[in-house]
Amino acid sequence: MARTIVPIGPYHPLQEEPEFFSLTVEGEKIVDIDVQIGYNHRGIEKLSELKTFDKSTYVIERICGICSTSHPFAYTRAVEDIIPMEVPERAKYIRTVIAEGERIHSHMLWLGLAGHFLGYNTVYMWAWKLREEILDVMEILSGNRNNYAMFKPGGVRRDIKSEDIKPALDKVASIVPTLKMLLKAVEDDPVIHARTKGIGILTKEESISYCALGPTSRASGVARDVRKDAPYAAYDKTEWDMIVRSNGDVFDKVVVRILEMLESAKIMKNCLENLPQGEIDAKIKDIPSGEGIGAHEAPRGEVFHYVRSDGTNRPVRHKVRAPTFMNLPTYKATVVGETISDATIILAAIDPCYCCTERMSVRNIKGKKIYSGEDLIRLSQEKTEKIRGNYKKQI
Amino acid sequence: MQRSEILKNIKEKFKDDIGEVFDKSEKRVYIDIKPESLTKIAGYIFKNLGARFNIASGVDLRYHMEILYHFTIEDINLLISLRVKLQKPNLQIDSLTSCFKGSDWIEREIHELLGIDFKGHPDLRRLLLSDDWPEGVYPLRCDYKEWDKNAIRDRGV
Repeated sequence: MARTIVPIGPYHPLQEEPEFFSLTVEGEKIVDIDVQIGYNHRGIEKLSELKTFDKSTYVIERICGICSTSHPFAYTRAVEDIIPMEVPERAKYIRTVIAEGERIHSHMLWLGLAGHFLGYNTVYMWAWKLREEILDVMEILSGNRNNYAMFKPGGVRRDIKSEDIKPALDKVASIVPTLKMLLKAVEDDPVIHARTKGIGILTKEESISYCALGPTSRASGVARDVRKDAPYAAYDKTEWDMIVRSNGDVFDKVVVRILEMLESAKIMKNCLENLPQGEIDAKIKDIPSGEGIGAHEAPRGEVFHYVRSDGTNRPVRHKVRAPTFMNLPTYKATVVGETISDATIILAAIDPCYCCTERMSVRNIKGKKIYSGEDLIRLSQEKTEKIRGNYKKQI
Repeated sequence: MQRSEILKNIKEKFKDDIGEVFDKSEKRVYIDIKPESLTKIAGYIFKNLGARFNIASGVDLRYHMEILYHFTIEDINLLISLRVKLQKPNLQIDSLTSCFKGSDWIEREIHELLGIDFKGHPDLRRLLLSDDWPEGVYPLRCDYKEWDKNAIRDRGV
């Protein structure tokens, strides 16, 4: 049969981020796949080398909007590993609470998108509605729905006020029943079964060879979680379970993520209830020369930061490894042999995050107009006005 | 196997291939190895010790390049970093892709950003840099110079 190449992307209505997949198909069956990334390449590793250790935290936080805790978490741990030092107990608990809140909202966002990819928009609406609740909790605790800016080498920047704990706990408790309902709905739904069971299987051996991380590996039966393997922050002080499934298909990845949200809610509750008193910042004076490695289990898997210091106030080398960097190459094992209609959900099942994967970039403008911040605001306002004008005319 | 046993085994098995062993802490150990014995040692750590390959990180240190291969043995919470020093201008090292597939992308990345050649890599295409980036210009090298006068860069302060 003749082979055809079907391109998806780099800019496509179904994708949130630019990436280019070319699927080689025979009829409807995918026989080969290739991916091209680098459309979103931003120079963060290089940028971090030009900033001081404290300022780098802000840059690192902006690698990704969804993992805005994971990257600073791993980075601050790497800097603390250079010294080496331990952060105060209260800071550890606060870090854990923020990280778990992020996991819930990230998994919820993914669940919604997965529903959207399946063409099942009810799931999308429900999941994103629920996500608002957890974003409210984050706003209560940190003052922001995203980009919490809570991390700094040596501790956290802001304390959690005692009067905020009760409302946050209530909100977290209120999402648990809905999560359980969602789990039941996914487990019983024939449409989700039909579209995800036995689709895009990543076997245990392949998962190990590709060094897959996070829910992608745990759905394939590889019990791998930095929070359990190398406990840090308050993860060894609270009770929680690692979720592992064995089939490795898209369905298991969905179930792993929903069950993980319930575990995260448990950790948040435990930590907020048992928040110890004391300092929140160890106030680092000097960072000696040396190397530090920091890892954190982000929603998508392990985030790995390597920081090298020469004794000055700037890192000499800062290597950022996002989980998608390891998870994305598994597409070769999962997509080939499936039909083209399943490709989108299989590719989405690893919860890819391209802005994390493509940290470094240099853009070539070549005489094109460069928009400043004000220009962009003006453009977006003009567009809104235009839409509004059209809207008024319609009524 | 316990931590001390693992380290003893590595030291005995590869005594001609490894240099200094820096025992940084309970959870971290850095081992200097010869570039030519990388596949042997990395293969042993990955397959026999059941370690996970975290990532490799390359850095340009003016007179030589250094690549660190990080492996985690999860059962005992130990992170082993294999340090390889490559003297300029002979920047060549064996690829680890024959051993496990997880090293595919990172070798492509180090190849385009630092200009290190990975022998035996099946597909050393560019990963992140754009197509109009000139050949032989490596952005993470010490001697990197601006090659495009019109480009806009945030220099950071």
